[in-house]
Amino acid sequence: MTGRRIGVAVAILALIAVPFVIGEVYYVNIASQILLYAIFALGLNVLVGYAGLVSLGHAGLFGVAAYVTAYLLAAGYGHLVAILAAIAAGLVVTAGFAALALRATGISFIMISLALGEIIWGLAYRWISLTNGDNGISVATRPAPFGLPLTSARGFYDATLVVFLVAVAACAIFVRSPFGAALCGTRDQPRRMNTLGYHVWMIRFWAFMFSGLLTSVAGILFVYYNEFISPQALALTASAEGLLMVISGGAGTLLGPVIGAALVVIVKNVVSAYVTRWNFMLGAIFVAIVVFMPEGLVPGAVRLWRSAWRALSRREAAVIATRPQP
Amino acid sequence: MTFWLLLTVNSVTFGGLLFLLSAGFSLIFGLMRIPNLTHGSMFMVGAYLGTSLLSGALGITLNFWLAAVIGAVEVALLGALMERLLLRRLAGQQLAQVLVTLGVSFMAADLCLMGWGGDPISVATPPALAGFLRFGGAVFPLYRLAVILIAAVVALALWLMLERTRLGAMIRAGVDDPQMARVVGIRVSQLFTIVFALGAGLAGFAGMIGGPILSVYPGLDQDMLPLALVVVILGGTGSLLGSFVGSIIVGFIYNFGQALLPELAYFILFLPMVLVLALRPQGLFGGQVL
Repeated sequence: MTGRRIGVAVAILALIAVPFVIGEVYYVNIASQILLYAIFALGLNVLVGYAGLVSLGHAGLFGVAAYVTAYLLAAGYGHLVAILAAIAAGLVVTAGFAALALRATGISFIMISLALGEIIWGLAYRWISLTNGDNGISVATRPAPFGLPLTSARGFYDATLVVFLVAVAACAIFVRSPFGAALCGTRDQPRRMNTLGYHVWMIRFWAFMFSGLLTSVAGILFVYYNEFISPQALALTASAEGLLMVISGGAGTLLGPVIGAALVVIVKNVVSAYVTRWNFMLGAIFVAIVVFMPEGLVPGAVRLWRSAWRALSRREAAVIATRPQP
Repeated sequence: MTFWLLLTVNSVTFGGLLFLLSAGFSLIFGLMRIPNLTHGSMFMVGAYLGTSLLSGALGITLNFWLAAVIGAVEVALLGALMERLLLRRLAGQQLAQVLVTLGVSFMAADLCLMGWGGDPISVATPPALAGFLRFGGAVFPLYRLAVILIAAVVALALWLMLERTRLGAMIRAGVDDPQMARVVGIRVSQLFTIVFALGAGLAGFAGMIGGPILSVYPGLDQDMLPLALVVVILGGTGSLLGSFVGSIIVGFIYNFGQALLPELAYFILFLPMVLVLALRPQGLFGGQVL
């Protein structure tokens, strides 16, 4: 156990040290993006990994919080009001999503969530009097919590890091709680859970709400990072990329979505500078992971590491066994 | 008056195009139980291949109809290849199959961008149908009326295949109950390949037919896929009549919505889909529940 705690402490220190080690503003910004998309992926993972409900509409929830923030800021309200209203709006829309989508599971759930995400996108794209359509809404300033400005890349990275650590801690507590265990139960054996007396729909509903909360927070960070929001962030491709992050990293694990988010953001931003066909590469990586390593990169890597370790120790044991006795 | 007449004819035309696109989607969904998220990509690839054939890729310039058919055959072969190489490896894992189709749609979109560039390509209307029809004070392009006819002919052909041929009977059996179909001796996995190829070919054909109306551009797949989804959900998976009726309904909602309530156009398009999924998941004519 202490080994794990040391590992966690080292990881946190490493994350804090990132802007000092990586000097260039561009890469610090990439790191901020990785962290905010990691929060989005963690939120999606609550549903996909722990509840077993694959959602292709989460970009809609992401976008609702982002748009509400941008809209209220443009209307002249303060940052605190905008953020709180965005979270509230995000939760309300999530509740609506959940009420409609939780009537089904499996492929039906995917289709309903896809349709709901498309509805939100359609409203953002076409309700031009409200959302400015494809022109998007610009955000003039970033907030300054406790007087510390977030205008610099480093400042924003630090703020995002704090939010990210809180999100990871929340997810860790959630997963290890009895509620998290019940959620995994509803994923694996919904009928048995029902027989045991658990209210499966309620458990899924609250998991959906938690997922919506994390997604809304990510959306708010996104709109402050870009200082701009447009319907592109809500499109089906955005939901698909979120799903890619979760699945490629490892659905149902805590670290998986973070690794997956890092993978997608790095391919989109860094690799795209060298490889023109990065979209193709992203799709190919996705297909390869689904076909060859369906449990994701993190569990797959652990599996490979363990099998290599076992093979090595087996070989050692065989060598020792066949050594002539003294 | 002319406004409503034009809107109605455009709606029926668009409905016909949607039928060509969604009939295959409905069959694939009904038989294989997966929403094929590459269907929009197949539509786009068929359109792109058709435009290349039209402008002389094979050394000779083909006429419009031949280009459409050959493009459709090529897309069908690509679909069959995808089914055998990727989807069959994940037989039984529906979620994994859906994710694979999603990944392949990313790849296909980028390949099209690489092959044909980012500029929209306008497809010339076939010269025989480049004229107009004047009726009741309104002017209808002949090509749009032809699309309605083509959709009707293809619908009839598909119906005949499904109802009167042995293959059609096997497909219907597979849609109703794949396990019992296997028990009775129908090679369901072979059927999967055939139906996937058929669906892909129809989508590719639809892409070329829609070319003179929609033109071909990157992002066409993302525009058409949600429409196919709405049609199939409304009409019911695995049902040809459902696809037909659903396409007409969606064609009307789409065109009238764009014209009368442009701000809520997509909302009123996807709202019925959500309501159907929540209240009557099998759609209007679908057999089994999703």
